[in-house]
Amino acid sequence: MARAISTRRKVTFTILGWTIGFLIFFPVLWTVLTSFKTEGTAIATPPQFLFFDWTMENYVAVQNRSNYMRHMSNSIVISVGSTLIGLLVAIPAAWAMAFSPTKRTKDVLLWMLSTKMLPAVGVLVPIYLIFRDWGLLDGLAGLTAVLTLINLPIIVWMLYTYFREIPGEILEAARMDGASLAKEIVYVLTPMAVPGIASTMLLNIILAWNEAFWSLNLTASRAAPLTAFIAAYSSPEGLFWAKLSAASTLAIAPILVLGWFAQRQLVRGLTFGAVK
Amino acid sequence: MGSIRLENVSKSFGEAQVISALDLDIEDGAFVVFVGPSGCGKSTLLRLIAGLEDVSGGRILIDGKDVTTTPPARRRLAMVFQSYALYPHMSVRGNIAFPLKMAGAGREEIERKVKDAARILNLEEYLDRKPRQLSGGQRQRVAIGRAIVREPTAFLFDEPLSNLDAALRVAMRLEITQLHQKLKRTMIYVTHDQVEAMTMADKIVVLNGGRIEQVGSPLELYRNPRNLFVAGFIGSPRMNFIDGAEAKKLGAATIGIRPEHLRLSATEGLWKGRVDVAEHLGSDTFLHIEMDGIGPLTARIGGEFPVRVGDTVHVTPEDGKIHRFDEKGLAL
Repeated sequence: MARAISTRRKVTFTILGWTIGFLIFFPVLWTVLTSFKTEGTAIATPPQFLFFDWTMENYVAVQNRSNYMRHMSNSIVISVGSTLIGLLVAIPAAWAMAFSPTKRTKDVLLWMLSTKMLPAVGVLVPIYLIFRDWGLLDGLAGLTAVLTLINLPIIVWMLYTYFREIPGEILEAARMDGASLAKEIVYVLTPMAVPGIASTMLLNIILAWNEAFWSLNLTASRAAPLTAFIAAYSSPEGLFWAKLSAASTLAIAPILVLGWFAQRQLVRGLTFGAVK
Repeated sequence: MGSIRLENVSKSFGEAQVISALDLDIEDGAFVVFVGPSGCGKSTLLRLIAGLEDVSGGRILIDGKDVTTTPPARRRLAMVFQSYALYPHMSVRGNIAFPLKMAGAGREEIERKVKDAARILNLEEYLDRKPRQLSGGQRQRVAIGRAIVREPTAFLFDEPLSNLDAALRVAMRLEITQLHQKLKRTMIYVTHDQVEAMTMADKIVVLNGGRIEQVGSPLELYRNPRNLFVAGFIGSPRMNFIDGAEAKKLGAATIGIRPEHLRLSATEGLWKGRVDVAEHLGSDTFLHIEMDGIGPLTARIGGEFPVRVGDTVHVTPEDGKIHRFDEKGLAL
């Protein structure tokens, strides 16, 4: 039987829901609005919400001053690259933990997660020195490697949870049918885990795309991704709110579009296994 | 060829011993059923033969070759699982073709063999469907199809019918038996249902607590159970056991008599009792009778038997049909 919910409750909760949603979304909206203001209106008090002279000058200025396309292609290489390498390592790892667990599997998983509890800045100096000595500073290869390692625990954890949902008998059937371990993973496990792998991939691309700490510290110009591109507008010549906003909008736009198209997959993947 | 030999095979999971050192010979082409209550180790034994579990001790030989450490993919066995274990992302065609693809068969060969299997199993119309679009019985047929295209040395069935409803189960039981007659391959079939075991097997292996209680043809087990466990497990309704004074008279600790071996009379007989429950099936009548000084007995009478609850009846066991057991439960 459906629970009877009064109209007043429905209205209250609808309004509450939209308000919370709007509050969370507001900083992004404000950034986008600010990017269309002049530097003057951007810092005007009281702030102007919608009724100002809309201008594209910030976007033009940002385009002239820096090479947006290069930063964007760096971001793509780093986020997609680190995700793919991560999956390559994590799929077999998660397979082993889900289908052939040992007494220590849970400990290994926790240990992997524990690496995420260390503040990144704690290992900045050693990693910076390694990068300097190996000539990896301001290079795509080095940054991709670091982001792969940073996000690997999350990828393994997510895949592990998805794989656990796949009935072991199906993999055993594949084994009986003559599939080698590699073929079992390629032809049976991976296709069945596609929703899980896809959402892991999306989430990881987003995480890598937005990663700022290591990108800022390990790159200067050549390999700088979009996060570094935004940061370039915040410090050197004081604050230029409007240009900073334009840069931010340009930086989040691609991932926002990707997220929008993939939201069904993403929600399905993130709640996969939560409801039977 | 498909003879299988287990020598001293044992299996433990950590501290728990699931299979204690057992020997078993399965001849080529036999239909062998492993039967026993849940937790008796029958599925584990099958998985050891399949190679899905590693033995803790002993050897497994297929056609005289030691396969104890051979991975399942190379034992040339096919298995049908209780949950069917079909590949959900592949069509019926893809599922049946999968083992052939893994074996590196050519496209024409695959096409031909899949068609043959589909014809044998009446799956021709469903080849392009996904498993989720099939009924339970059809799914089970696909699982069997996937097994037969490999032309394995032996088939392993792990409770393949327990997810089906009663009517379908009877039909599929017949189909599997016919398949065995057609293919003439070794089949090992695990079930907890003794009726399945009795109807399908050439040879039944009764397991209990990780040990083999008895091996034999269905009628051997029915006629000469080696101990109380087998006597009680094989046959439906189960054998009546009587101990105490009545058993002592025959020089046994316990005597057993099957429900179908009791003669009933309204006027005279060896034992007297009152009808507790009467189950009229038409073809048979099952009577649950409370016997004076003996306890409850079940009697099976062919056809209809006019009796009401509370009636007094006299019961006499048939000559030579009484099984005698000693204190340890072994047949005398």
